[in-house]
Amino acid sequence: MAKRIDVSGLHVYYGDFLAVEDVSMTIEPRSVTAFIGSSGCGKSTFLRTLNRMHEVTPGAYARGKVLLDDLDVYGPDVDPVLVRSEVGMVFQRANPFPTMSIYDNVIAGARLNNKRMSRSRADDLVEESLRGANLWEEVKDRLHKPGSGLSGGQQQRLCIARATAVRPSVLLMDEPCSALDPISTLAIEDLIHQLKEDYTIVIVTHNMQQAARVSDRTAFFNLAGPGKPGRLIEMGETNQMFTRPEKKETENYITGRFG
Amino acid sequence: MTTTDAPQAAPPPTASRRIGDAVFAGLARGSGLLILVILAGVAAFLVIQAWPSLSANTANFLTSTEWEANVREAPAFGVAALAFGTLLAAAVALLLATPVAVGIALFIVYYAPRRLASVLGYLVDLLAAIPSVVYGLWGIGFLAPRLVPVFGGLTEHLGWIPLFSGPASTSGRTILTASIVLAVMILPIITAMSRDVFKQVPQGHREAALAMGATRWEMIRLAVLPFGRSGVVGGAMLGLGRALGETMAVAMILSPSLVISFDLLQSGNQTIAAHIALQYPEATGYGVSALIAAGLVLFAITLAVNMGARYIVARGSKEA
Repeated sequence: MAKRIDVSGLHVYYGDFLAVEDVSMTIEPRSVTAFIGSSGCGKSTFLRTLNRMHEVTPGAYARGKVLLDDLDVYGPDVDPVLVRSEVGMVFQRANPFPTMSIYDNVIAGARLNNKRMSRSRADDLVEESLRGANLWEEVKDRLHKPGSGLSGGQQQRLCIARATAVRPSVLLMDEPCSALDPISTLAIEDLIHQLKEDYTIVIVTHNMQQAARVSDRTAFFNLAGPGKPGRLIEMGETNQMFTRPEKKETENYITGRFG
Repeated sequence: MTTTDAPQAAPPPTASRRIGDAVFAGLARGSGLLILVILAGVAAFLVIQAWPSLSANTANFLTSTEWEANVREAPAFGVAALAFGTLLAAAVALLLATPVAVGIALFIVYYAPRRLASVLGYLVDLLAAIPSVVYGLWGIGFLAPRLVPVFGGLTEHLGWIPLFSGPASTSGRTILTASIVLAVMILPIITAMSRDVFKQVPQGHREAALAMGATRWEMIRLAVLPFGRSGVVGGAMLGLGRALGETMAVAMILSPSLVISFDLLQSGNQTIAAHIALQYPEATGYGVSALIAAGLVLFAITLAVNMGARYIVARGSKEA
């Protein structure tokens, strides 16, 4: 199910402004890849190009090549809607649909592709997705209550369940724990460990310990200078990145000496 | 409402400033109270003026459909047909206007290029600025004659639906024509309210839908419409309030008769507001008082609709 992502020569723009310059990287399937870097260095922007969410912002576009196994994500005939059902996303702020129940939230995406899903199949999918997100035991007695009644950490796991219910091959996570307390963060990190059995996971994080804990490979982004576009500085095995980075910039960032 | 009386080394506030404060507070409070006084005054006026005819009425005011009020003794009149016509015309107008208004609002917010959207929004707002007598002229001079063949077709093919049973009016001056004109008149307010609430849908909800592979329409169905529902309902209720009270356009279009009929395509029905406007110049005896009693009913209906709208909007914003 998990797929490899191959990016080559990707430039990302907001209108005339070049936000991220010339990124090439390979993201391995069944692994966790972390993007780190200071605020505004373009790592979230780059993440959003991987499922073509970047272009939802008016005037925003990307140039270059992104391959999802052999699917050319930016190919001329490729429907972004199809890409997004292959590449799921979890956002910084948990965003369950406020008017929907927990059950309906989980099933919402799956219903888009399969409108005539039988009741029992839907029930199975909801249970499976919630179990997969380590949330089933906490919500199984109130599946038809609003999702907005859950705690922040539970809401974020609900969003992960909602994303996996669509059966994507890749999960993108944009600072999924930055609004959560340490206990909830731990729950999500445990979940990420389990999910990488089945998915390709890419996570943007500001928390270096988190990157070190959850990821197999780490990519470090930085700005070329004030007002200049962000670039990929270095990418490698997480262990190596945090102990023996090749570039001075990476070492400065990781050890807390910026610039 | 300033109470800065703690002893301090700094010089006390100047006297002129305090007077200004007091004057402003008084003006604001007075304006607030004035609105209550006006509302109570209108209600009291309606009740007092309506009372002579209501107490002398020999028919049941709420259930009777006749209108024999222009007499010096024993008037017999009821508001049933008028209230029915008012509610029917307004309800049909609402049914016609709401889907169109929601469509326009969605187009403006999520589909149209930015420049077209602002022009379109401005044009819709302009609809609200057209005087209702102009709408009346348009309805009777342009719309009604052109609707006659349409009505004929409707009775022919959909006549089995009670609403469209024939024979269709040959003048086109029917409750449906009036409803269409009312629908155009209430379109701006429903569009404006819907547009504002659709613009406020959090980006997070919209992106959540798109990120799991929703098309634009599916995104609207999943994220925008549920969020915007209370705003749309609120706008529709405000539009309904306007449709209920609209006088001039309806008075010009309808050829009135006091019946209770669901036949949208036949002449008949009348609304309270139009009835008052048409009857008042010729009212004698108990006539004026009886018309004021009808006005009291309209006042009550409109008040109830507006309070309902407030309640729905307030409840919706608490949920979101």
